[in-house]
Amino acid sequence: MFIAPRVADAKDWIKGETGDWEIILGLEVHAQVASKSKLFSGAATEYGAAPNTQVSLVDAGMPGMLPVVNEFCLEQAVKTGLGLNAQINLFSRFDRKNYFYVDLPQGYQISQFEFPIVGEGEIEITPIDANGKTGDPVIVGIERLHLEQDAGKSVHDLSPTETYVDLNRSGVCLMEIVSKPDMRSPDEASAYVERLRTIVRALGTCDGDMEKGNLRADVNVSVRRPGGELGTRCEIKNVNSMRFIRQAINYEARRQIDILEAGGEIDQETRLFDSDKGETRTMRSKEDAHDYRYFPDPDLLPIKLEQSFVDGIKANMPEMPGARKARFMAQYSLSEYDARLLSGDSETAAFYETLATGRDAKIAANWMLGDFFGALNKSEKDLSSSPVSADALGGLIDRISDDTISGKIAKDVFEKMFDGQGTADEIIDRDGLKQVTDMGAIEAMVDKVIVDNPDQAAKVKDNPKLIGFFVGQVMKASGGKANPGAVNQILRKKLE
Amino acid sequence: MSDLTKLTLSGALDGMAKGDFTSAELTQAHIKACKDAVKLNAFVTDTHELAMDMAKASDMRRQKAKSSGQSVGKLEGAPLGIKDLFCTEGVKTTAGSKILGEFTPPYESSVSANMKADGMVMLGKLNLDEFAMGSSNETSAFGPVINPWRKGQDLVPGGSSGGSASAVAADLCLGATATDTGGSIRQPASFTGTVGIKPTYGRCSRWGTVAFASSLDQAGPIAKTVKDSAILLESMSGYDPKDSTSINAPVPDWASACGASIKGLRIGIPKEYTIDGMPAEIEKLWQQGIEWLKAAGAEIVDVSLPHTKYALPAYYVVAPAEASSNLARYDGMRYGLRVEGADLADTYERTRTEGFGAEVRRRIMIGTYVLSAGYYDAYYLRAQKVRTRIAEDFKAAWEKCDALLTPTCPSAPFAVGRKVNDPITMYLNDIFTVTANLAGLPGISIPAALDADGLPLGLQIIGRAMDEETVFKAASALEDAAGFTAKPEKWW
Repeated sequence: MFIAPRVADAKDWIKGETGDWEIILGLEVHAQVASKSKLFSGAATEYGAAPNTQVSLVDAGMPGMLPVVNEFCLEQAVKTGLGLNAQINLFSRFDRKNYFYVDLPQGYQISQFEFPIVGEGEIEITPIDANGKTGDPVIVGIERLHLEQDAGKSVHDLSPTETYVDLNRSGVCLMEIVSKPDMRSPDEASAYVERLRTIVRALGTCDGDMEKGNLRADVNVSVRRPGGELGTRCEIKNVNSMRFIRQAINYEARRQIDILEAGGEIDQETRLFDSDKGETRTMRSKEDAHDYRYFPDPDLLPIKLEQSFVDGIKANMPEMPGARKARFMAQYSLSEYDARLLSGDSETAAFYETLATGRDAKIAANWMLGDFFGALNKSEKDLSSSPVSADALGGLIDRISDDTISGKIAKDVFEKMFDGQGTADEIIDRDGLKQVTDMGAIEAMVDKVIVDNPDQAAKVKDNPKLIGFFVGQVMKASGGKANPGAVNQILRKKLE
Repeated sequence: MSDLTKLTLSGALDGMAKGDFTSAELTQAHIKACKDAVKLNAFVTDTHELAMDMAKASDMRRQKAKSSGQSVGKLEGAPLGIKDLFCTEGVKTTAGSKILGEFTPPYESSVSANMKADGMVMLGKLNLDEFAMGSSNETSAFGPVINPWRKGQDLVPGGSSGGSASAVAADLCLGATATDTGGSIRQPASFTGTVGIKPTYGRCSRWGTVAFASSLDQAGPIAKTVKDSAILLESMSGYDPKDSTSINAPVPDWASACGASIKGLRIGIPKEYTIDGMPAEIEKLWQQGIEWLKAAGAEIVDVSLPHTKYALPAYYVVAPAEASSNLARYDGMRYGLRVEGADLADTYERTRTEGFGAEVRRRIMIGTYVLSAGYYDAYYLRAQKVRTRIAEDFKAAWEKCDALLTPTCPSAPFAVGRKVNDPITMYLNDIFTVTANLAGLPGISIPAALDADGLPLGLQIIGRAMDEETVFKAASALEDAAGFTAKPEKWW
């Protein structure tokens, strides 16, 4: 019996008629390995090809055909395992999972049952709620990662009476990543999938494209009284987007709670998520569960990896988000919060590092997390489609640092940059935004403001806070271009 | 010209090399013999026209090679038969089953491709037990093969390579491919007075050969002499990257090992290789074999293979288990027979009920059962443990000896129909041969004597993994000593 010690935050509890409930979630994510050829055949894996054009004799289950393992796929599994901070098993084995279906030409799926290539690991996730508020980080345990073949695709809607089968996907290599039941809310489940996606994309082992089905999740859902005994779980198959993951969990948890509160029992079963109706429904009950008759595939030898092979992969691993976060904290003196946000995916991290290099790292972080991401979100763009590059944004920060413009003016300049009006320098020149640093000119403005406000000037000695009023007046008079430091300095000299 | 079909493979290759006759003449003679032997039912598919084309092409190659001083293929121009378990490009392949229907592979098995590359002429596809499951060639969907050896009534040729054995024994071809999962080469060789060798597991690629039990299946030849079997095996063997269990090792010159001295060779006699009810003649023949080898200079040592008695039960768990999974692909969806039903499950059931014969269905059911949840540990896992013990038994024996001598089978060929409804008795045929499959070792059967009824009996040599050379040496010594020249009287 596994234990699930962590209890969800009360904010994640679900209110029922009879009290609060807590959701327990475990995910099985299928990630398609980004390989050119299939796990056991040389057929291509390219997406979108005409039906049955990427099928070898092996994939079609022809008599006498034999699988030969694609070493590239093994390497990707090991790489992903290392990215999940997981145990790499030097001994693993392929087993046959036997069942009949039209899209399974061999009558069995080659998978890894008893000896997966990757064992236990863990990753840190940061749930974000519906309002965009970031929660505390959560550690999610990885149970295992194993390799298996995908099945073909049954097409039921081309004819009222026939089912068509496309075997292009038959034999494509999948990594099944099984989590421990460590998640407690839809936010956490979605953050977990998002983090897995980030990791496999950073590693290049899977393109993470959920729309193409290259990353899909089966969600195990059960409910219990907060901290109480675990309930019976249901598995929801093939949930194909972040939104559906949340929807499916919310629906399923509520369904289970309603049953339990009405005095019923949950049947352990496999359920299907209907994204049109936003509900889950029974696919097969425990009684109908297949007996897959797993046994070692006699056509394949066990996989015995050399430690040096694993070490070689380890040595060439790109930096993982967790390690990168630690480095950002140390190297750029960032807070844990800022570091986490900036190190999460390799694109963001690379953008930040370009921006921070040779500049004040904290200012760079503030700009990126503040105005820059704000603008991206508002315009529904992402880094790859951003109209402002890291170098361009850096150019703007440089003008703040060398006192060419003030931080306030910089915000306006940035908006214009984002609007495609040019570089920071071009906009500053064009709009004459350069800060006034001529002490004489500033002094004249200061004098005029003092003369215009004699009453206020008299009170400054007793109430030094009033100096702010004069700063504001001078800045206004200068159209925001006066150097605030210089204005302050001269005002103090004259009024204090 | 004397009857060319009476030649050995080696003799025929020499004759063609010397220009005594052409492949076309040789092939023509064999085609005639095949046409005369329809009663034996040895072939499922004749490819006589194709054979003549291949023979003529071979003769041209030979001529061309001669003029340019080049050598020809190892099997150049030799008319041979191919067990119908090997997929042959453009030629219907049935595995002895109805379920494959008119299936004509668009590819060639690695073994037959090797032989074609060496110049083989293919006379046709040889009958066999359905999916190689049987010991009498009575489970074939194309009717039983009849043994050319006869005693008042029709006898079985053994199985599953019954077509291969009968065809070679009746001089319908110079040699044939066969496969051996539990004894399917050696037992029919013993029943027909021919030589049959199953090499070390992994010597012959399994790619393109219809699978029965993947961890046990191994191709090999059935031939008229030990040397012929060596020549054929050399052509059939070789590393194949398309088969993950293929062994990456060079193929030795086994033909040269035939006739080499066995002086000082240690031959082990496993005391467990005798069973209740085994004819005294077989016991006697085994003793005779010991004397022959001793006389040829071998040292005889007693050895023990204590787990032998568990071999047959373990085999009849492992082989059906793998078969139940291997045969799942015959579902009527992509090729072969399809019997339409009310829905998918019904279509599966009708197709497989009609397509598979009783023995195949029995083994699929046994295999499905032993892999089922709750039975896996008790059957499949335990059988695999037995397999390990058996391999360890052999390993211990190799400390004391270089090869083993045993009878091939516990009986002489029996009458058609006698055991077909009694699977347990039928399964006992494999009792001395399954051990080599379970341990992956090379084993050969050599015709050694006729019993009181004038029917052939074989002796078996089992060797170390990868040491076919010693097996051929010992077999060749036995062959010389036995001087087995008997041939079945032509009645067909």
